[in-house]
This record gives sequence, C-alpha cells and structure tokens, in this order.
Amino acid sequence: MDFRRVKEYFSWLYYQYQIISCCSVLEPWERSMFNTILLTIVAMVVYTAYVFIPIHIRLAWEFFSKICGYHSAVST
Amino acid sequence: MRPGPGGCCCRRPVRANGCVANGEVRNGYVRSSAAAAAGQIHHVTQNGGLYKRPFNEAFEETPMLVAVLTYVGYGVLTLFGYLRDFLRHWRIEKCHHATEREEQQVIVRIFDSEKSLRYTGNIIKDVINMGSYNYLGFARNTGSCQEAAAKVLEEYGVGVCSTRQEIGNLDKHEELEKLVAWFLGVEAAMTYGMGFATNSMNIPALVGKGCLILSDELNHASLVLGARLSGATIRIFKHNNMQSLEKLLKDAIVYGQPRTRRPWKKILILVEGIYSMEGSIVRLPEVIALKKKYKAYLYLDEAHSIGALGPTGRGVVEYFGLDPEDVDVMMGTFTKSFGASGGYIGGKKELVDYLRTHSHSAVYATSLSPPVVEQIITSMKCIMGQDGTSLGKECIQQLAENTRYFRRRLKEMGFIIYGNEDSPVVPLMLYMPAKIGAFGREMLKRNIGVVVVGFPATPIIESRARFCLSAAHTKEILDTALKEIDEVGDLLQLKYSRHRLVPLLDRPFDETTYEETED
Repeated sequence: MDFRRVKEYFSWLYYQYQIISCCSVLEPWERSMFNTILLTIVAMVVYTAYVFIPIHIRLAWEFFSKICGYHSAVST
Repeated sequence: MRPGPGGCCCRRPVRANGCVANGEVRNGYVRSSAAAAAGQIHHVTQNGGLYKRPFNEAFEETPMLVAVLTYVGYGVLTLFGYLRDFLRHWRIEKCHHATEREEQQVIVRIFDSEKSLRYTGNIIKDVINMGSYNYLGFARNTGSCQEAAAKVLEEYGVGVCSTRQEIGNLDKHEELEKLVAWFLGVEAAMTYGMGFATNSMNIPALVGKGCLILSDELNHASLVLGARLSGATIRIFKHNNMQSLEKLLKDAIVYGQPRTRRPWKKILILVEGIYSMEGSIVRLPEVIALKKKYKAYLYLDEAHSIGALGPTGRGVVEYFGLDPEDVDVMMGTFTKSFGASGGYIGGKKELVDYLRTHSHSAVYATSLSPPVVEQIITSMKCIMGQDGTSLGKECIQQLAENTRYFRRRLKEMGFIIYGNEDSPVVPLMLYMPAKIGAFGREMLKRNIGVVVVGFPATPIIESRARFCLSAAHTKEILDTALKEIDEVGDLLQLKYSRHRLVPLLDRPFDETTYEETED
C-alpha cells in the first residue's frame, strides 16, 4: 500500500517536472533527448562534486590554517 | 495621514471587504508587500472626493522563482524550436509545411499543418462555458429576444446588401439609434455592422495629421489600428496611470508639435472601460478631471463594460456616477452584453452628424442585419426594464454577485487574480508555457470550457486563463466550476499567491465600520 503511494508521489513529481520544463509539449524523441542530456549533466556534476570537493576543502583548510599558524607564530 | 507618493491619501487599515494592510503606492498601482502577513488589500482613495466608492484594483507581483522557471521553460522550447528548424532545413526531417514546388509556380497545394494540430473530431456535450463574453446571458436560443428576432426575420429577411449612405438605411436602424442614444444618456448615436470596424474606421475620421493621440499601453488592436490609420502622432501612457497621462498632457501643451512648436490641433485620449486582458477598470473620474483641466477630448471604448457595470447597466460612466456629457465620444459594441454584433458611437448631435457623412464605415460597410438589430433592441429594452419584466435588473444584479463571489473564492484558494474587484473578466495567472495547454485540456476533461492566453496577447511570462462571468451562471454552476478549478490548481501547482485573503466580514463599507475597527 505504502509502495503504491510512493509510486504515485513520484509519478506526480515527474509530471510536475514535465510541466515546468515544457517536456509535456515536446515530441517523445525530443523528450528522451532532453532527459538524457539533463541526466548526463546532473551525473557529471555529482561525479565532480564527489571527486573534487573534499580535496578542495582540504587544500582551503590547509591554506587558511597556514596563514593563521604563521600569524600566531609571528605574534608569539 | 500624510499623502503618499503620487498624491494619494491612504486611510489607516480598515476592514473593508474583509481586510487591509500596508502597501506601497507606486505608479498608481497598489502593490501589497510580500512581508504583509495573511494577505490584505489596500484601500486607497485618490484625490479626495473624486471616487464615490472604493476602487480596489490589485496586480500581484510575479514570484521570483516562478518567473525564473518560466524563462527556463521558454528557453527549452526555443532551443528545441531551433533544432527542429535546423533538421527541417537540412531535410533530415520531413517538412510538412506548405511550400511551392518549382514545377508549380502558379498553383500551390495547401497541406495540413503539423500532426499535432489536426482537429480531433471529438464532440463533448454539456460543457460549462466560462469563456464567452455573454455577460448578461442574452446569447440563448429561447426567450423574448429570440422570438422578436424570428418575427423580424420573417418580415425583413436577413441581408441588407447596401451601405448606410445608399439604400441600406432601414427604419429599424433609426429606431435602434434613438434607443441607444436614450440608453446612454447622450444626444445622438450611430451604429455600425462590426465592432472592430467601428474603432478602426471612425478614429481616422475624427483625428488626422497635426493632432495628438494619447493612448493607453494596453489598448485593443482596433484602437491601435484606428490610431495608426489616422496619421496622427501617437504617445502611449502607462496602463491606467494618471501621473503618466498628466505628464504627457503637460508636455504636449507646453512643447506643442515636435519641430514647429505649434499647438496641437486636437488632443484625443483613448481609453477603454474594462481592459479584457487585465480585468482592470479605467480610472474615469481622474481622466475626466485631467481632460477638463487640459482641454483634451476623450474617446471611451466601452466594449466590455456596457451592460456589465453600473447599477442599471449603463456602463462605466454610471459605475462612477459621472455625467455622460463629459465623455466626448462614447463607443461600445453590441457583441458582449447584448448578444448580437456590431458597434455604436454616441455623443453630441454635431459629432454624430459629422460621422454619418465622413466615416468610412458608413460609406463602405454594409449596415446591420435586421434580425440582429431586433435582438439588440429587445435586449436593450429588457435591460432598461421597458418590456414590463424585471429580468434586466435581475440579470445585472446576478452578474455583480457572481463577480464578487467568484473573485473572492478564487483569491481565498490562493490563485493570483488580476484586475478590479467589480470586473466580470477574471484573469487567472498561469505563467509557465506548458501549463497553458495543460490547464485548458484538464479543464475540458472536467467539462469546463476556458480560454487560455499566452504571448503575444500578453507579456511573455504573464500567460493566463481568462474567465468571463455571466448572469446566466447560477451559484451551483459557479460552485462546480470552482471545485474543478481547485482540483486542477492543485494538480498543476497554480496557487502562487503569497497573500491569503481572510474570509470577508459580510459588512458593507461605510464610515461607521471605519470607526469601530480602530485598534
């Protein structure tokens, strides 16, 4: 029962996505093309975030801690 | 109570029509600030005693997220449009358009358009009509109007086959013109076969080169066409914005014509009674005050407001309690409230006599058909109460009640509705392009016919569904329609309004209410 409600909710969500991005007025092959391109872009964004954000954060942390460390080293 | 910008005097929060709160007045509009809690309409009286009744007009701002998503939607559609054009040009896709073949330079075959634009051939019965301009319900096939028209049809036939100035002037036309003049409260009137042609063919007869036309931003295509055909200089003022109009008038009087600095021969202000895309009503008391101050002429197009506004249906002039003699040219159409076709122009006798000889419509256009004339005569007499029944008065009251009820319920549900509280034209904002078609189709699935409008009839992101209320709608019909609109609004997520209207206190607004609710 719950599973059906979840499915209904997702199909409603998909309908909202179609309405907002005008997929409902496109032809089926245009729709699949648009969905494919969008999913590809989203997948690339997620991959980049997963691979690169931790490294960037670590570098930024080191950079700022070095400055603060240098500053405290000077002041002491 | 310090006057706000633009010389408007704001009363303290008052429980008129339920609620009120802070708003800022800009460009003559009242914009309720998003911060105002629990949605409230500001009651503004402008310029002291010109308005005898509250003038509640609101155009809620587009929510930022909705605007961004609408542009995104249009961007996607544009990209795909270019892609399809590219494919068609390089013949990767079969082009269904009508094109001339090289062998057939003389004969061109017309093909059907795209696959998706074919008529479905479905016939749907028992649909509630929320889209036609049938304000007083005279467009029906039973009743006294239909019987009278049938009788005249047997007597006169259908075709006149001649113009007003030749053999086409029947006694029916004279009777109609006397009746229209009496109905409006003017000296004389003249009628024409087509409402659009009334505007586009008579403005050139009234103004010419060396005259100035001040026309509202959102005027109808017929007024724009008439203004352009006349050859006069056209200047546009912001929609219903009296500060903009006054500035243009001042500049016109002070600077005169562009290069020679001579005074303008005539200054004509073109406004409409009700603007059908916005549902707003013209600020007529202020326009007339400005017209008298700067000695300009006023041309009022009452296509949608005649029969629909005013306690006895005499239009926007009666709605504000003004004198019809103040309006120089009163134009209107019989298409909407009277259930017929054609237009009229009313005014002083000299004006109408001049138009009889100089109007293009009188010289070239065939006159009105006799059964149509009889329909107008019967419906006008019914509205005035001269046929012995009180049907006219009831219709007008029913329309006013329907308007207030429908608008209030839609606002309570959370839709964004444009326009004045008393206008029977109700635009409901949709914004996103895909929702335009989806709304129309979903409503038709539920047996309600609506008209949806997008670009270029409206600004690009402000597409809307336009409901036209009628005296023929009973409360049950309206309740059914409102239920379906609620459902479709939830399905398509159309309830954008950030102000929820508090359900109204059923008290009429008067001075005592103001005193009592002072906190």
